Amino acid sequence: MSRSRLRTRKVTNAVMLGLCGLSAALAVIALLAILSYTVGKGLPAIGLKFLTSLPQPVGDPGGGIGNAIVGTTVLVALACGIGIPAGLLAGIYVAEFAHPRVAVVVRFVADVLFGVPSIVTGVFVYGLVVVAMGGYSALAGGIALALIMVPIISRTAEESLKLVPNTLREAGLALGVPLWRIILSVVIPSALPGVLTGIMLGLARVAGETAPLIFTAFGSRLNYKGVDEPIAALPLQIYRYAISPYADWQRQAWGAALILIVMVLLASVAVRLLTRKRSSNLGR
Amino acid sequence: MSEAFVLARTEDKAVAHGMVTEELNAWYGRMHALRNINLTIEPRQVTAMIGPSGCGKSTLIRCLNRLHEVVAGARVGGKVLLDGVDVYAPGTDPVDLRRRVGMVFQRPNPFPTMSIFDNVVAGLKLSSRQGRQRMAEVVERSLKQAALWDEVKDKLNQPGTDLSGGQQQRLCIARALAVEPEILLMDEPCSALDPVATMKIEELMRSLREAYTQVIVTHNMQQAARVSDFTGFMLMAEDRAGELVEYGRTDQVFTNPRDKRTEDYITGRFG
Repeated sequence: MSRSRLRTRKVTNAVMLGLCGLSAALAVIALLAILSYTVGKGLPAIGLKFLTSLPQPVGDPGGGIGNAIVGTTVLVALACGIGIPAGLLAGIYVAEFAHPRVAVVVRFVADVLFGVPSIVTGVFVYGLVVVAMGGYSALAGGIALALIMVPIISRTAEESLKLVPNTLREAGLALGVPLWRIILSVVIPSALPGVLTGIMLGLARVAGETAPLIFTAFGSRLNYKGVDEPIAALPLQIYRYAISPYADWQRQAWGAALILIVMVLLASVAVRLLTRKRSSNLGR
Repeated sequence: MSEAFVLARTEDKAVAHGMVTEELNAWYGRMHALRNINLTIEPRQVTAMIGPSGCGKSTLIRCLNRLHEVVAGARVGGKVLLDGVDVYAPGTDPVDLRRRVGMVFQRPNPFPTMSIFDNVVAGLKLSSRQGRQRMAEVVERSLKQAALWDEVKDKLNQPGTDLSGGQQQRLCIARALAVEPEILLMDEPCSALDPVATMKIEELMRSLREAYTQVIVTHNMQQAARVSDFTGFMLMAEDRAGELVEYGRTDQVFTNPRDKRTEDYITGRFG
């Protein structure tokens, strides 16, 4: 190879490596900036009372986000209870059983659903559930969040299942095992890390959704009263406090934001820890 | 390896199982892959299918356990008789058939999320057959039949994928034997293995002869000559459909082939 061409290639290589490193650094810096800013502004607001008490009117001392923490937990649990089974079953169906043309349609629908702005989902659930039930409710909020979760879980589950080599399914079939059993006992466990990642992505996404909750869960300054009643939620609380003109509430908004990030982080870590033993050995 | 383990099958001790294909045809969509195959798999014998790449050997044995139809767009015509009963007759359960006609694949494929123990009994556990109680016995028997027991008996709880390639293939054979099939199909079982592992598997095939009917697809003629009792030679016709050119006892096919094409292939003039 001529010397000048070799030099050009070396320079190009170095420049591209530098750009890659720079991009990675920028991404990490952005993440660290958000985290550190939130921690810096939110940590002063954290305290036991803050975490457990109900919101107080402005001016009154104390007040906290206890009901919002419970509310977010309830809403995310509802969303998972509806969204995870629906998303998983859809993903499994498309990956394993669907006729190719049906699969294309289902995949397309999932992608469209994924692209629907969450506020539109909220308005839709308002028309469907809130009006029918005669009022805002945690259930409506859970349904709206589930609708946002389903395409995320379905697509990642489908992609993870498709990554499992077909040789495993054939090995199971050759033993005289019915296909559904192979999928349940061999394919899904092998695809579990990817499936779990999809679930965690969905969970993190809906835990922070605000717009759909405005029309469905509505928010509340009271304790949890049941799934058929309006319910507080951390993102709603953050929104309402942050846009308020009161410094105290704005401080509490930062604290709530920090708590929300910590909750999602803890959930991710917990899921990974609990399922660590079942990681697959597809590497060989 | 104890003879007792080979013969101590819980079913069908005295019955020998064979298969016959009648005018077997197979298609992948519009592509004709097998044409009018008439073949007899003799009971308790090893039948080898040889031929150049692409001639349809693998397609043929996948028709024997109805694995061919699992591919989208694949079709089968003709009959395949297992002990005189057509396995493609309407109403036949392919899942049950595949338990009776087992298969070992070219690349070892132990289930990655399962231990060695669980791999061996996977066929039993997952197909809701009886035998849950004596699983440890089944594991020992199957691993001994597959000549793997001594190497893994102290690490049955380790992942199946922790073994070497040759051991993994013997694990797959043990897994196939654990469900006590009547016939064992092997699709180029040694082509991904080193010579030592290949030798062990060929020994294994010899030792299984008394209890099982075996069919092996191989592109290695010497292997076919070494292990088989009957040999079928296949060729791809001009329209890419596979045909059975010659079939007979191995010693006859290799020393005195009837068809010139067989002779050409065996003497290395092509293939």
